[in-house]
Amino acid sequence: MANLLDTLLQGTLLGGRYALMAIGLSLAFGVMRLVNVAHGDFIVLAAYLALVTVNALGLHPLSALLIVVPAMAMLGYAVQRGLLNRAIGRDIMPALLITFGLSVIIQNSLLEVFSADSRRLQAGNLSSTGVSFADGISMGWFPLMTLATAALTIGGLEQFFRRSRLGRAFRAVSDDPEIVQLMGYDPRHVHALAMAVAFATVGIAGTFFGIGTIFDPALGPPQLLFAFEAVIIGGMGSLWGTLAGSMVLGIAQAIGFRIDPGWGILFGHAAFLIILAVRPQGLFPRTRDA
Amino acid sequence: MRLDVVIETATRASRTGAVVAIGVIAAVASMPWWAGSGTMRTGVELLYYLALAQVWNLMAGYGGLISFGQQAFIGIGGYALVLFAYRLGLDPYLTLAIGSALAGLFAWPMSKLLFRLHGAYFAVGTWIVAECWRLVFANWSWLGGGSGISITATVRGIEPWWREALAFWLAALIGLGSIAGVYLLLRSRFGLALMALRDSEVASESIGISVTQLKTWVYVVAAAAFGLVGGLIFLTKLRISPDSAVSINWSVTIVFIVVVGGIGTIEGPIIGVVLYFLLREYLADYGAIYMIVFGLLAITVMLTLKGGIWGTVQRRFDLHFFPVQRRLRSSQQTLNST
Repeated sequence: MANLLDTLLQGTLLGGRYALMAIGLSLAFGVMRLVNVAHGDFIVLAAYLALVTVNALGLHPLSALLIVVPAMAMLGYAVQRGLLNRAIGRDIMPALLITFGLSVIIQNSLLEVFSADSRRLQAGNLSSTGVSFADGISMGWFPLMTLATAALTIGGLEQFFRRSRLGRAFRAVSDDPEIVQLMGYDPRHVHALAMAVAFATVGIAGTFFGIGTIFDPALGPPQLLFAFEAVIIGGMGSLWGTLAGSMVLGIAQAIGFRIDPGWGILFGHAAFLIILAVRPQGLFPRTRDA
Repeated sequence: MRLDVVIETATRASRTGAVVAIGVIAAVASMPWWAGSGTMRTGVELLYYLALAQVWNLMAGYGGLISFGQQAFIGIGGYALVLFAYRLGLDPYLTLAIGSALAGLFAWPMSKLLFRLHGAYFAVGTWIVAECWRLVFANWSWLGGGSGISITATVRGIEPWWREALAFWLAALIGLGSIAGVYLLLRSRFGLALMALRDSEVASESIGISVTQLKTWVYVVAAAAFGLVGGLIFLTKLRISPDSAVSINWSVTIVFIVVVGGIGTIEGPIIGVVLYFLLREYLADYGAIYMIVFGLLAITVMLTLKGGIWGTVQRRFDLHFFPVQRRLRSSQQTLNST
């Protein structure tokens, strides 16, 4: 019983990490119908950016967020405005293949600069302490903080979409890129701003990822796949759905890891495929488009 | 006025091309007698990349199916060698056929599931399914587990020159055969349906093409081809591991080759393969740089040269070595139709 509860708890916390990673992907899906194949590599890039910041300024990794998040947002704006805006349209192939190319470029550039050695952001006590409830059930502070950050980010973004003028423009551009011109916006600028917001969350996800686990340049693709699974399981276009999808994925992986360490990831993929077989629109779909 | 019209499927370039092709085939077939071991190895690699690129191009450029997960079938073909040739002692060359059949067989139920995803979602979905295969092989200790296994024993007793020559001829058959196969396929009724599908799914459905059935066929045939090549790859490498067999790098290389050379043309993958090998050869000393260069090249081509290198040449000079379109020709003029 304690075993089962602990597995569920660890799965939920793991889900928090995936949720934080999946927000940016979900946003780009929702607003631009864009699948950013380099999403995971941008997360790893943000982790390295945090590493460089911490090393250069001697800050606590969490304060590195103050630099990493705006830097990633600017990068997101630039990538969308300079590259992806030229490729999005009815044909999905150009954008898909360009981000696929970006993924390879980022991975190999990180490899050239930082080598294949594993790194980690040192956060002192934060990453090693936690609370123990009963025998066999315990919880680290940092994973809990990650989950809370994911939930807060999603809550904040939902409010932003609902209440702010720009948030409404994001929703409008998602339905029809032409129509936002009537609101006085340039759709290319709105797309780029949406990507900036998505990349800001990638900055948060990358920093937390770097504190929570050791990382190396090759870890981008698995993060993309986890984030993608969370978005599809949750249903497209809904951030709370993405959070739920992340929980399903995290718990499935935790159960797999408990049975055999080699099976954790496979169980996560299996959960994704089962959802795809029985409920291809995901748990809580909002956007009707695939 | 009566207009005399003939439908032409040949071009001047294609007739010249046919003569060149016979020369190329003769030169390639005789290579084991005059080429060195290193050249042969590069040749084998070039030929199987050519086959993979042609088949991927058939799926993506004509069938509209962009897959990042074809490495699953390379793995199935490779691991068929481990299971049937190494563990069960069957003839390794026979095993190539088994691996190919298995890849096609597994592709059918996989397509049922994956076709629920469209476009970019399909691409990432195929990648996830490939990861499942990688993890299955990694957890299957009888097939070598995560660290892989050497299958040298399967070819023990076969004379080295003969083995190398056989591998080369097989690669040549598959590599050059893939060009011929895709070409003939596209000139058939099937190819017409496929090109209609590429241009508009809705329109092709309305003229009686069963879109799902056609896509399933393309996916299954492509899987069988990848399974066959996968078997051949590891029959020449003689060592296989889940990470080398079911690696995303296969997809990365193939996608770049097709995109840079020219997606949706038969000539494109040929040019792409040659360019890839040249780049790799010249940048070999600089580590991962050649992947960065190739990635930048692919993005640049994607943004500026619609249809890649060959697509641009084709538009500019109306040059078709492998014409798959029909042209209406009267005495006055040539009408083009794709």
